[in-house]
Amino acid sequence: MLNYNRPLHLFARWTAGATLVLIFIGGLVTSTQSGLSVPDWPNTYGRFMFAFPFAEMVGGILFEHTHRLIASMVGLLTVVLAVWLWRSDTRAWVVRLGLIAVIAVILQGVLGGLTVLFLLPTPISVTHAALAQTFFLIVLSIAYITSREYLSSGATPVQTDRARLARRWALAAVGFIYLQLLLGAVMRHTGAGLAFTDFPLMGGALWPSFSPESVNRVNWEHWQAGLGEATSGQMIIHFLHRIMALGVTAAIIGMVVSIRRERTIGADLNWMGLVAVTLLAVQIALGAVTVLSLKQPVITTAHVANGAALLGWCTLIFMRVQHVTQLKLFPAGNWRRALKEAATT
Amino acid sequence: MKITVRYITLIAALITGTQLWGQGSITGSVIFEGKGPRMRTIKMGADPVCSAAHTEPVKSESVVVNGNGTLKNVLVSISAGLDGMKFEIPEEPVILDQNGCTYTPHVWGVMAGQTVEIRNSDATLHNIHSQSKQNRAFNFAMPKVVKKKNHTFDKSEDPFIIKCDVHPWMRTWAAVFDHPFYTVTDDTGKFTLENVPAGTYTVKAWHESGKKLPAQTLEVTVSDGQAASLDFDFTRTAK
Repeated sequence: MLNYNRPLHLFARWTAGATLVLIFIGGLVTSTQSGLSVPDWPNTYGRFMFAFPFAEMVGGILFEHTHRLIASMVGLLTVVLAVWLWRSDTRAWVVRLGLIAVIAVILQGVLGGLTVLFLLPTPISVTHAALAQTFFLIVLSIAYITSREYLSSGATPVQTDRARLARRWALAAVGFIYLQLLLGAVMRHTGAGLAFTDFPLMGGALWPSFSPESVNRVNWEHWQAGLGEATSGQMIIHFLHRIMALGVTAAIIGMVVSIRRERTIGADLNWMGLVAVTLLAVQIALGAVTVLSLKQPVITTAHVANGAALLGWCTLIFMRVQHVTQLKLFPAGNWRRALKEAATT
Repeated sequence: MKITVRYITLIAALITGTQLWGQGSITGSVIFEGKGPRMRTIKMGADPVCSAAHTEPVKSESVVVNGNGTLKNVLVSISAGLDGMKFEIPEEPVILDQNGCTYTPHVWGVMAGQTVEIRNSDATLHNIHSQSKQNRAFNFAMPKVVKKKNHTFDKSEDPFIIKCDVHPWMRTWAAVFDHPFYTVTDDTGKFTLENVPAGTYTVKAWHESGKKLPAQTLEVTVSDGQAASLDFDFTRTAK
């Protein structure tokens, strides 16, 4: 068995924490519409980015430039983490995962630069947002697979039907949240966040119509509120995001209930399930307030960051359930079999 | 002899595309009855230079209803009837000023090929981000030491936004024309298009509210030495 390396594990946790902070700042950039406040990249107003004076970080530059600085720090942490794994971890697949994290963070930086240089094209901006969540999961996975819990062995695997069911629900929760975050990214980058300004209704109805008359009626209310006009496409994206929230809620409740029903799975997971439900409740409340406050930047960004936290938390639950069932998440050298196994069991 | 001169003049006009017929003008106003939406006060606290530039609260200019029941910042232009005519590009530039972290003017037109002189009168930095579609979109920096930059739009284009992302409240609307017959309504809601060749035209009035206050068109005939009159009514009645 591989020895537990506490400093390495803590470092991986810090990197994951820094990534979550970075996601929050990145969300703030979009919420405050500051994405193009620094027109050049990798420089900042023609200067080397680390030499840009603090006094000139005003308005949107404060968010965009801070995002770039923290991104650089996360990039550095990731490189150090990958080198540390390469030097100290004997599991080839873990070293590879460290390398994948480095590639992902570099790609993420390049996407961030491209979206600035090409004036925020939606596909690049959405990919940038999606890769941020993916990168966060990669680093979080590294933190878990370097943990004492993951490296310890000896406990009898819990492979009951209920345990398998709990694992399936946890996987469904992770999948639904990930898709929901993608949909949220599409919503943000297509300006659909305020396509409906009421909650829980949408344009006065639980199941809105997208007819030209309905669009016109909604836009009349927008006009009175001094808001921009929404298209039917934006309304559909917004509607899908709210519908998907129901799917996420169902999956998380299913996960928590199935974990509670399998008592041998551990008290820790019960506790984590309750935290997941709390994060979910906070997320729904933040979503509602985002709409009702007409996208107040801090609240909107808190919705983005809490979504990422919920994704990370449920991923952690999934990995722990995996561990309890002793069906390892990343068996050496056989990803295809692992995915197939996770899907069929 | 007189007829010969007339023919020569006509042929010369056809070759050069110069308008030799009489000219008139188009005048009118843009009516808006009732109350417009409440305009939000712009919070400029994100940049101390911006907030220090104003002693009074600055309101959004997206819908400005004048005291006399007219609408300000409506772009009025000839949208049809000028086919085949060519017009000289003015040598004097259109000036777009960033002053007090707002754009002046809020809505404006420029001829394709005419210089736009973008000024930075503020002691802070701005970025100039054009969201044009027909013309190449751009985003460049104007640090506080750069007080002037010139730009030229090559193609005619319907109104589009130019904004500053450092100060997200800063937005201006620009339109590019291939003729000089455009203007923007002022504090009285009135407009005048001068030196319009005699003929029949479609005149378009556009407001930035888009579909909420849809653009309107009216036909007008301009006679030599006469001022043709027409009014647009932007009063919103339908929900």
